[in-house]
Amino acid sequence: MKARLKHFAVSVWHLYYDGFRSMTVGRTLWAVILIKLFIIFAVLKLFFFPNFIHEHAQKGQEAEFVSSQILKK
Amino acid sequence: MTNLLLDISTGTVDWARAQFALTAIYHWLFVPLTLGLALIMGIVETCYYRTGKAFWKEAARFWQRLFGVNFAMGVATGIILEFEFGTNWSNYSWMVGDIFGAPLAIEGIVAFFMESTFVAVMFFGWNKVSRGFHLASTWLTGLGATISAWWILVANAWMQYPIGQEFNPDTMRFEMTSFANVALSPFAVDKFCHTVTTSWIIGAAFTVAVSAWYLLKQRNTQLARQSIKIGAIVGLVATLLGALTGDNSAYMVAQTQPMKLAAMEGLYNGGTHQGLSVVALPGPFSQPDYENDVEPPYRIAVPNMLSILATHHADGYVPGVNDLLSGFTRPDGSKEPSAREKMTRGRRAIANLAQYRQLMTAAKTGKGDTAAAKAQAQKILPQLKADMPYFGYGYIKDVHHLVPNIPISFFAFRTMVGIGCLFILFFLVVLHYIYRLDISKPRWLLIAAIVMLPLAYIGSEAGWVVAEVGRQPWTIQDMLPVGAAVSGVSSGSIATTFFVFLFLFTTMLAVEISILCKQIKNYNFE
Repeated sequence: MKARLKHFAVSVWHLYYDGFRSMTVGRTLWAVILIKLFIIFAVLKLFFFPNFIHEHAQKGQEAEFVSSQILKK
Repeated sequence: MTNLLLDISTGTVDWARAQFALTAIYHWLFVPLTLGLALIMGIVETCYYRTGKAFWKEAARFWQRLFGVNFAMGVATGIILEFEFGTNWSNYSWMVGDIFGAPLAIEGIVAFFMESTFVAVMFFGWNKVSRGFHLASTWLTGLGATISAWWILVANAWMQYPIGQEFNPDTMRFEMTSFANVALSPFAVDKFCHTVTTSWIIGAAFTVAVSAWYLLKQRNTQLARQSIKIGAIVGLVATLLGALTGDNSAYMVAQTQPMKLAAMEGLYNGGTHQGLSVVALPGPFSQPDYENDVEPPYRIAVPNMLSILATHHADGYVPGVNDLLSGFTRPDGSKEPSAREKMTRGRRAIANLAQYRQLMTAAKTGKGDTAAAKAQAQKILPQLKADMPYFGYGYIKDVHHLVPNIPISFFAFRTMVGIGCLFILFFLVVLHYIYRLDISKPRWLLIAAIVMLPLAYIGSEAGWVVAEVGRQPWTIQDMLPVGAAVSGVSSGSIATTFFVFLFLFTTMLAVEISILCKQIKNYNFE
């Protein structure tokens, strides 16, 4: 059982390792994906898209904050 | 008469709407091709599995490569929509958190684990896993993307038809009372079926266009001939299914969002035996004078067709914009309240909610007679519950704000349906040339096949415009208008990110088109 599990893990490792090594257009695509993820999470999320409620309401007081926002409109 | 261009405000709500629309439209450029090409590559690889011929293996790898480019470009474009919920639409986001939590979590898990596992086997597993396992991985990649779409569409459908929920005034949230009702709501089922089948049209149109280009260039002709055949068959089946599911969707809209249907049709005054407008020309830039006009100018209609579409009966009653604003009595005697009555009930709901929360806060803080405050708060609840279906109407200042943009809804609907019908004809002609004549001969048809690809996208985006513009002013149908759902952020910050997205997405699209074109151009099959 242990040997079969090890064999499976090695096969999975080789699948990914050989696959990544033999990529052609995939290299460009991964570069695009990584740049995109960096822009989305490290730039946009961090600087432009804060969670409005977490920024303005104390923890546990979110419902109160939303009700004050909704009911004053 | 409202001038729709001059009426666009530079306030937070309109910038937040514009940003969401921009993001969703760009996101939707990637998704349908993923869903559509998943089907094509699955079919091509099944041909390889069944025949064992090297040709089909190479063909499958070619289409999978193009799928991979589009898949990579589309990754994470949808997550930006969720960022926007948290920043620009925080009230809405909080209020629907309990409903959307489960579908979006399932979507995330399915998308990550299923797609990432099977995509890896599909791309890296040739010659490493058995043919059967590889084929299963290819189909499961497509299935993963489709299941992912299901949960997103469940969330969207719930906003249009909010069932399986109850508003909790203590938590200020719509809380799920039935997961099955949310996940399997008839609106979600129709939306899913229509969205997925019409996405297959884009996959088919893409396959036919790429094949047509090869035939025009007289390159990779065997690949092109076999692929165009698969593309055209899938395309024809998908367009027919799209028409069928579209009919179901329209029926559902008639039952749950009659104002959207009235706007789509430019139906000012309803009644029985309503005809479907084939041609009409409402002014494109201004809201028509629906109170005084009988119908849009130059209207030519198919008799009874709208009644059949909306009620499945030729003499079915279809309310128009004015009926929905002033209230009407259905043929079965049931009454639909007027917009003003709904607004009154909505205002009462808001006032009761405010009072309820005030009393409960007093009870919690121990000020005064807490037991009496609690008892009084409980007395308010039944009325609040009864008025809750009209809660959103309490924010509406003018009944005319309940009418969505008629020209956009009207023309977008006709664009979608017109392009859909054109595709039925197109795929029939292509199949005629494939099976009766010679598909490589007619240059006009091959050029048309390339021109049809952007049309497929326009049709698909137009469908979303109908769905989303037509449901305005609601984020949650009847219960939360956009004005109440939006956060108290400055319009300037949303405007900034709007242009950041415009630049980012346009760049990404240009990169995708460039990589795809390069892959197609440099590919040598023979």
